[in-house]
Formats: sequence, C-alpha cells, structure tokens
Amino acid sequence: MALKKRRFKGGEIPTSSMADIAFLLLVFFLVTTTIDTEKGLGIVLPAEGQEIEIKKTNILNCLLNSSGKVLLDKSPIEIKDISREVRKRLQENSKLIISVKAHGQAKYVDYIRVIDQLKMANATRISIADTE
Amino acid sequence: MRFKKKTKISSEISTASMPDIIFMLLVFFMVTTVLREYSGLQVTLPKAQRIEKLEGKRDVAHIWISKDGIVSIEDKLYAMDNVRNVMYDKRAANPRVTVSLKADQAVKMEKISDLHIELRKADALKLNYSAKLDMD
Repeated sequence: MALKKRRFKGGEIPTSSMADIAFLLLVFFLVTTTIDTEKGLGIVLPAEGQEIEIKKTNILNCLLNSSGKVLLDKSPIEIKDISREVRKRLQENSKLIISVKAHGQAKYVDYIRVIDQLKMANATRISIADTE
Repeated sequence: MRFKKKTKISSEISTASMPDIIFMLLVFFMVTTVLREYSGLQVTLPKAQRIEKLEGKRDVAHIWISKDGIVSIEDKLYAMDNVRNVMYDKRAANPRVTVSLKADQAVKMEKISDLHIELRKADALKLNYSAKLDMD
C-alpha cells in the first residue's frame, strides 16, 4: 500500500501577534527601567561680593562643631530638635535668617542633617558661613 | 436610470504597520533617553528627608568629593583651586547649570567650604547636595 503524499499547506508564521509582543516588551522595559533621578537638597549660594548687612535681631546662629554637636542661638540642641525650634522662631519672626556655620573638622553628614532640619522647618532664608 | 450600488469597501484599519510604529517609538525613546554618563568616585551619600528632584538632566554638572578629599568633575580629577576655572567654563557654556555635589558623608566641612568659595568665584551658584532618601 502506497502512502499518500501529503500536500504542503503554506508555511506562514502568524504576524498578527507581533504588535502585542512589541507592546509587551515596551511596557516591560518602561516599568522595569529605573532611571536614577538626581535627588538632593537644593541651595543657592550668594554671588561674589554680595554681602549685605543684616540686623542682629534677624539672625539665628546655628553652629556645628567637629563632634557633631549643635549650638543654636548660644544653647546646645540635639540635631533632631532643630526643626521644631526653628519653626517656633520663624513664627515669632518671619524675617529670620538662619546662619549655619560649621567647624572645619565637622563632618559633611552632620551638616546635611542640619540643612535637612532647616528645610523641614520650611526655612527659606539660610545663610552658609565660611568655616574658620 | 438606476444607479448601481457601489461595492462595499472593507472598513478595517490596517494593523500591519502597527509593529513598525511601536518599534519606531521604542527606538525613539532609546535614543533620546539620557542615562547616567559618568561613573564618578566611590562615595557614600548622606541621607536626608526633605530632598527634591533635580530638574533637567542636561543642565546638571556633577562634582564628586571622595572620603580622601579627591575632587572629580565629570570623570576628571582636579585640584580644588582649579574648580573655579572648570566651573567657569561650564557656566559660560550653559548659564542655567546646577551643580550636583556628590560628597561622601565623611568629608570634612573645610573641603565643602572651599568648594563653596570656588563655586562662588565661578558664579555657579545653584548647588544641590546630593542625598539619599532617609526612610525613617
């Protein structure tokens, strides 16, 4: 008995799902890609030779020493309490400028914590003094 | 005289070019997306809570300061006194430049203060202390 020869039925790959596959890939990469965004604490430095005299009553001194201790207006304070204290002072005097002065040997991380606290207190007028 | 009825035209939108369109979109976004361009120095960024996003990747200049006080601007090492020249050129090329400072958390403040002075000399006044989000 001879086998019947099978007829060749056109060998096409269906392309109708191509769009779906491409979409799926697009969505997958859109979701999984994390473009690391730059984040940080923004500050604007004063221009060269733009020093202005400020009334002493409008200045709140914030001193940071080399061991990470903070002196706010002549009294020692914990870093985490700064925002509460500064917010209170800002309510009393909205023109208050906070002058941050750090010791040369102070650590950057403590300085950032202080600036962060000031930002939390919504202090917009922050002045950064040079280290001594 | 009667008009002959027109033959029906199939009213489907052709989807054959759909993959092409999507691939084109894919390629477009691949080409226009700016990924991180510089590898920088090894730093441990400090943590902060009130951090904000930096806008416009193209207007950002990166400065790294490592634990040992090495200064790198976009993958080239500089002495601190040279920062003003480099930044002055950058500021001249793009007046909207924002400096993203990626300093190690152990860096001493005298270095940061020196950098402030250099940036003021170069008139690059917009500064951003790069930090990680503090979860607690």
